[in-house]
Amino acid sequence: MPLLHRLVRTDSAVIRFTIDGTPCQGHAGDTVLTAVLCHAERLRRSEFTGSPRAGFCQMGACQDCWVQLDSGERLRACTTPLAEGMHIITQRRGSHA
Amino acid sequence: MRERPPPLIVGAGPAGIRAAITLVAAGLRPVVVDEGHACGGQIYRQPLAADKRDDRARYGSEAAKASRLHRAFAALGSDIDYRPNTLLWNLRDGAADVLRDGTSRRFAYDGLILATGATDRVLPIPGWTLPGVFTLGGAQIALKAQGCAIGRRVVFAGAGPLLYLVAWQYMKAGVDVAAVLDAAPLPAKLNLLRALPLAPGIVLRGLRMAAELAFGGTRVQFGVSGLRIEGEGRVARIVYHAGGRERAMACDGVGYGLNLRSETQAADLAGCAFRFDPRDRAHLPERDAAGRSSVAGVYLAGDGARIAGADAAEAAGERAALALLEDRGLPHDPARAADLEHVLARIDRLRDLLEAAFPFPSHGAGDIADDTLLCRCEEIRAGDARRAIARFSLTEMNRLKAVTRIGMGRCQGRMCGAAAAELLAAQTRRDIGAVGRLRAQAPIKPIPLAAGLSIDERQHDPAH
Repeated sequence: MPLLHRLVRTDSAVIRFTIDGTPCQGHAGDTVLTAVLCHAERLRRSEFTGSPRAGFCQMGACQDCWVQLDSGERLRACTTPLAEGMHIITQRRGSHA
Repeated sequence: MRERPPPLIVGAGPAGIRAAITLVAAGLRPVVVDEGHACGGQIYRQPLAADKRDDRARYGSEAAKASRLHRAFAALGSDIDYRPNTLLWNLRDGAADVLRDGTSRRFAYDGLILATGATDRVLPIPGWTLPGVFTLGGAQIALKAQGCAIGRRVVFAGAGPLLYLVAWQYMKAGVDVAAVLDAAPLPAKLNLLRALPLAPGIVLRGLRMAAELAFGGTRVQFGVSGLRIEGEGRVARIVYHAGGRERAMACDGVGYGLNLRSETQAADLAGCAFRFDPRDRAHLPERDAAGRSSVAGVYLAGDGARIAGADAAEAAGERAALALLEDRGLPHDPARAADLEHVLARIDRLRDLLEAAFPFPSHGAGDIADDTLLCRCEEIRAGDARRAIARFSLTEMNRLKAVTRIGMGRCQGRMCGAAAAELLAAQTRRDIGAVGRLRAQAPIKPIPLAAGLSIDERQHDPAH
């Protein structure tokens, strides 16, 4: 079950993206964090213990919500608007899980 | 003669907005750098896209203030050099390095107003890194700016006025708020009665929120300790001690925070002197009643200088701007300055009482279990820190950082610094003010390696 639950903006323009290759839909006005966590339970796994993480402060301070695009680019999910065609990786190959 | 570089305002929350308006009114054209996509800061944060909620629905009792600030800032138009989505990551030699869209630029400024705001202060508890646990501020942003709830059945835990405000906002949005778990004992709330004459509106609104939560079916529990969050891969329940026994409550989202913590890294890079502030239990940049720091031409305003709330931030932003004008030999309004200082002094007395009503559970630091993660970036446990402190006889924060990497991760100590200081103080039996503070390092937030080479605007400036 997703972590976040959308209360408004359910009918705003659809933005298509993928999470680990799975096609998903977000809405105009979503951050990457919102878009992913309305579908998934985590954003990434931690570097040292592989424990799941899903952000914390949502205001660009804690740096807990960095995700990777399949292009290799890294971005902070809570401060980045979702864009059409983003391919978001929450689970790196070779990571602990 | 060379033209003087413009003043720089860092932050476009209530303090930065008021500072900008004041400088523009005096004929200056400040640069305003802000990490947000639009003005408002965190308290009056605007959504990325319209979502059919009006300001009343989004900001509640503070809607009029939010609208007024948003409108006034928008009306400045090209009277300011406004740079949203922009991170200030370094200050040196009278120049600022800022990053936007992956490109860094450096420009000179003459006069600096820091209005950098605050984040939640936290002490680590077991399970605080589980998905579904957010800071109180984070839980509020999810709702206010993104229109999302952090769970179907949510618990809010910790301390501070924000605890009740966010819980109440979630209840009003139709979310099941299972509990408000307040670390402060009930008698501490008697301080609210003493605050009543100073700010009847604020106090009565807070009491009404707590009452509405309780009548709405939310368990409001005082004197909570021993918090821990459990679940496999995400939040499933919260466990706590209250009234002499342990209780557990099922939930799928937790908002947690212990009042606020000033963002002071920019002031540190600007060379400001710091001193320990007992009320905030933190080292803060020194400033006078006008907002002047220890460095000529550097001014401090809002929660980034000391926690005092949004109303104080507005007054302090304007006051700091008036000080800048005065120091620059420009016309300013001494009577207005005196009025603002009077407002700030009154709010300061209110903050003393609010801090007593919502005290920071400082005893909690000594109780952090050895296997609890202290640093969520580098995944360093409290026990690792304690062993390092004992083995190397550490008594100072930067030594602790050097030995353990606490404060060296991506957050630069924002999330763990307060807790590490409390832990170090508790273990070495020193006063919290005597263990020092983490020195800020540029870049104060992660930037791409390529961005370290700034485009130097000073070489392209037609005024040069």
